[in-house]
Amino acid sequence: MKIDPNTVYVPSKNVVYREIEGEPIIVPITSGIGDLEDDLFSLNETGKAIWAAMDGKKTPADIAESLAAEYEGPADELKTDVTAFLKELLKRNIIWTSDTDATEA
Amino acid sequence: MASDYTRTVTSLDTKSVLKHLDVELTERCNNDCVHCYIRKDTGSRIQDAGCGDDGIGSCEMTAAEVEGVLEEAQGLGCLTVRFTGGEPLLREDFEEIYIAARELGLRVIISTNATLITQELANVFARVPPLEDLDITLYGAGRETYEAVSRSPGSFNEACRGLALLSGKTIPFSIRSIVLPQNSCDAQSLATWRKIQPTMPDPLPPTIYLDLRARRDSSTKNDAIRKLRMPPSDIVAWLSQDRAKYAAEHRGFCRKFAGPPGGLLFRCGAGTNSTCVDAYGNVQMCLLLRHPETVLPKKQRIKGKGSRGRLEYALEEFFPEVRKKQATNSDYLARCAKCFLNGLCEQCPAKSWMEHGTLDTPVEYYCEITHLQALDLGLLKPGEKAWQVPDWQQRLQAFCA
Repeated sequence: MKIDPNTVYVPSKNVVYREIEGEPIIVPITSGIGDLEDDLFSLNETGKAIWAAMDGKKTPADIAESLAAEYEGPADELKTDVTAFLKELLKRNIIWTSDTDATEA
Repeated sequence: MASDYTRTVTSLDTKSVLKHLDVELTERCNNDCVHCYIRKDTGSRIQDAGCGDDGIGSCEMTAAEVEGVLEEAQGLGCLTVRFTGGEPLLREDFEEIYIAARELGLRVIISTNATLITQELANVFARVPPLEDLDITLYGAGRETYEAVSRSPGSFNEACRGLALLSGKTIPFSIRSIVLPQNSCDAQSLATWRKIQPTMPDPLPPTIYLDLRARRDSSTKNDAIRKLRMPPSDIVAWLSQDRAKYAAEHRGFCRKFAGPPGGLLFRCGAGTNSTCVDAYGNVQMCLLLRHPETVLPKKQRIKGKGSRGRLEYALEEFFPEVRKKQATNSDYLARCAKCFLNGLCEQCPAKSWMEHGTLDTPVEYYCEITHLQALDLGLLKPGEKAWQVPDWQQRLQAFCA
């Protein structure tokens, strides 16, 4: 499963993002999210920042660039993080492409 | 499964204002169980639910009202909601309410008798899983015993059909049972059946204490429930079947909770970071406690509310005040307040409410059970009363060693 650097990825409509006492939690709504049906997902700080940057317009490269500017971090490292994070979420059906999002509307 | 960016969690240990919410969707039920402390004797529709104005609000919440409660709960950090009743699946709008809860990112426990599980509902649970096991009560292992309890002809087959539909979609559920004279012969077969269900590795222990009517609305029904109660000596025999486990559990419990409580009535967690909303929108500390001084009525205006919701007000102001209540009943102060076994006893404001209509009247049934347990465990000598034991600390030390 590859992440296309020119594709916009967005949170799936089949999950709910919540922050509980500051902890980012992703709660599946439908089946088929993640490996086990009753799993919830918590994000670390990097994951939380990348999730917040998924605004429906930014590609993975755009996200890495915006985070590099915001956190003054090395862009290459952030590109790796963004790609790896999105790949993980895509594999678990937590995110999908913006085209899919449009058809699921 | 952990990664560099995510980790899976099955529970959260947070300091949320509200961690868990019970919502009683209805007091109506399609069964008429011999022991029931909830069922409202009305028709099967919300419109027949006896709406009236008794000062606390007695019309069932609409779906929109329930969803408003759920939204507020979500905003307070709640992760889990339990839908209970009566029989919550009697609500024609159950699916709407359930989907709304899940779309708010809530995990849902459904306490049900499973008789109203349809193929359509099983499909909904498969498509939108509740993320918690369904909590199903079975009243017997066979038609005769089950329906002797439920008093609803055909209900056993309906429950079995419901379970089959859930199993067919691999929807996890846990089974509760309740020990009554009508089904006590089934105890072993029920326990065996529960153990072999792949979705229930740890069967829930059966309910053995029968509560009286939570609305205190029928002395006839209460008399009937009392007659169904196991005698205290039988309760102790039931609890102590596995002697080693029984003693070990009580040692662990005594280490944490044994000791005279004094006059403070609330020693449980009720109304701290969990709460419940009854079928009419009134906010309660726990499902059983309906004493008017402890309930935030739906219709009550909240002082200085601002943008705060009722749940937040209840949890942050109303319930903390209730939890400060001290006993005034002289009998309670002479006995329960000084009893070093108080933590082992079922006595609590909710039980006192159901039995006596007060918050602080000793419930003799539970007192007797606790004393028999203590005698059995060697914490008391014959004839002793647990509130008259000057060396209780040494006894506990010796017991817990």
